[in-house]
Amino acid sequence: MTKTYKIEVDCANCANKMEEVANKVAGVKSAVVNFMALKMKVEFEEGAEVAAVMKDVLAACRKVESDCEIYF
Amino acid sequence: MIASGFIPVDGWARLVLCLIPYLTIGYDILIKAWKGVVNRQPFDENFLMAVATVGAMVLGEYIEGAAVMLFYQIGELFQSVAVGKSRRNIAALMDISPDYANLEREGEIVQVDPDEVGIDSVIVVRPGEKIPIDGVVAEGASTLDTAALTGESVPRNVGVGEAVISGCINLTGVIKVRTTREFGESTVSRILDLVENASSKKSRSENFISRFAKYYTPTVCYSALALALLPPVFRALLLNLPADFSVWIYRALTFLVISCPCALVISIPLSFFAGIGGASNAGVLVKGSNYLEALAEVSTVVFDKTGTMTKGSFEVTQVCANGADERELLEYASLAESFSTHPISRSICRAAGEVDKTRVSDVKEISGHGVTAQIDGKAVAVGNLRLMKSLGISARETDFSGTVVYVAIGGECSGYIMISDELKPDAKTAVTALRASGIKRMVMLTGDAQAVGESVARELSIAEVYSELLPGDKVELCEKLLAEKGRGEKLAFVGDGINDAPVLSRADIGIAMGALGSDAAIEAADIVLMDDNPLKIAKAIRISKKCMRIVYENIYFAIGIKLLCLMFGAFGVANMWFAIFADVGVMVLAVLNAMRALYVKKL
Repeated sequence: MTKTYKIEVDCANCANKMEEVANKVAGVKSAVVNFMALKMKVEFEEGAEVAAVMKDVLAACRKVESDCEIYF
Repeated sequence: MIASGFIPVDGWARLVLCLIPYLTIGYDILIKAWKGVVNRQPFDENFLMAVATVGAMVLGEYIEGAAVMLFYQIGELFQSVAVGKSRRNIAALMDISPDYANLEREGEIVQVDPDEVGIDSVIVVRPGEKIPIDGVVAEGASTLDTAALTGESVPRNVGVGEAVISGCINLTGVIKVRTTREFGESTVSRILDLVENASSKKSRSENFISRFAKYYTPTVCYSALALALLPPVFRALLLNLPADFSVWIYRALTFLVISCPCALVISIPLSFFAGIGGASNAGVLVKGSNYLEALAEVSTVVFDKTGTMTKGSFEVTQVCANGADERELLEYASLAESFSTHPISRSICRAAGEVDKTRVSDVKEISGHGVTAQIDGKAVAVGNLRLMKSLGISARETDFSGTVVYVAIGGECSGYIMISDELKPDAKTAVTALRASGIKRMVMLTGDAQAVGESVARELSIAEVYSELLPGDKVELCEKLLAEKGRGEKLAFVGDGINDAPVLSRADIGIAMGALGSDAAIEAADIVLMDDNPLKIAKAIRISKKCMRIVYENIYFAIGIKLLCLMFGAFGVANMWFAIFADVGVMVLAVLNAMRALYVKKL
């Protein structure tokens, strides 16, 4: 399953970093951050709990970029 | 801070005076840097700035430390304004999305969210409004501006019964539209989705820059460390000179200021985003940055003939019957073809008029050959020469330079129908334009007879043409052409998206044209030309070349300036002020340059 989320982040390199860490979160098959459209596209693993996974994704992203936001 | 430069205070008082503005401006940077260290992600720009400015303070360069922080923050602000503005510009260009729909409900018109309108509802579109949802005109007539979708400026006339596509602007009359799709499935939503997701498919240049940024910052940091330690130690131990630690540490700190990779990281995707935005505004949808990049490297273009270079609207021009009645021959042919959707079949049916389909049984459509059927108890075969040969029917070849459909009734060739197709008005100019934009090899493929293929190719001055191909042959030929092109060169296939999906996906870049409203084509192709003008192929290539030129300019320019500044910094030519100006300046110039990719109208 793939879902797209609106995000808030203010530099391109930070967006790259968010993408990198989001890809390492358990339950995420692949994550792509589009800085230009300010969107994050997440493909989840089969049977993953979307809400819980996204919580982890946000936590992971906050670690590398403390003032980022993901709307889910 | 400025005041402290003039007020003659020294030592601690001076430090305190500088610390006040420094902390006011830069406290968030310091906090973020600290968080980065705690989270074991130390190499970010906040950390670099924190180390550089705190370092400057420790060296006694109080004003410099505070000023660098100030300029860094101004630069950041400028960057977020410039990037935000660029992003809004591009988004506005692509904003073809309607805000509302006028739904007719029980005789009343209510304004609703387009999402709420179901299939088969009636919506009213007034002049000046966008058509929100795909549908069919149920009442009224008007002219539509399709420029937002196709880039084509000539308005289109529509009347009752005609299909209209969301995203067009209604110009003259009030029309009622019966919706045939939901909003989410409508052309406008699909296109927006496609363009927004386009930059998710990253190009080689973008991946290169992300990788580069990943190594660049740590490398520069370690070089800074080396610069701070090695030369003084070297001087002190081997040359017996004073170590001058403070000079070298200052130079190292300058390094850190330059090490922020943001100018690079921002300008490359922004260039692609602008290029894709500009292209979509010209009616060329690019499904990913990688395709835009590949399009600039195309050396071979392979065309499908029908629907790409020719109009694909066939007309029966002549019916020749060997002794039989011409009218009857056409009727038999039309009966046999009446279940087929092939454009040639449709043209025969149009020419024959209404027929009684119940007379037909056992219809078999043989792809690339024709149709066989039982009509009034007689075996009828309608198709090309190949079909006649495979059935063992002898037929005389004609030298007509159009499509010839043979009709055999009861196992004997009873005559043939001649059908011709017209070249598109811009086909010839398109070939010339492609040659001018550096395409080395052009090949035309067609399922049509050799005579037809060659006469069209001659007219367009395309040297290579392969005719009488079955759909499978086209894929094979495409593979052969792929193997023949040089290294680093790309092959593009242009088709109309009808029955050439396998070739579209096999080629390096599949370009579908005239795709407005055709889902299959949008699905299969990498680049979609919204209208069916072949001139757009060359335009798309020119857009991609411009975009790639800008991308390379930005890469070389940004990396070049950074390396230059690093060198100046190492030899002590550049101070911290210089470094911060270089950093912010490069970023701004790169962003401005990237925005040029948006302007493609005059290409």
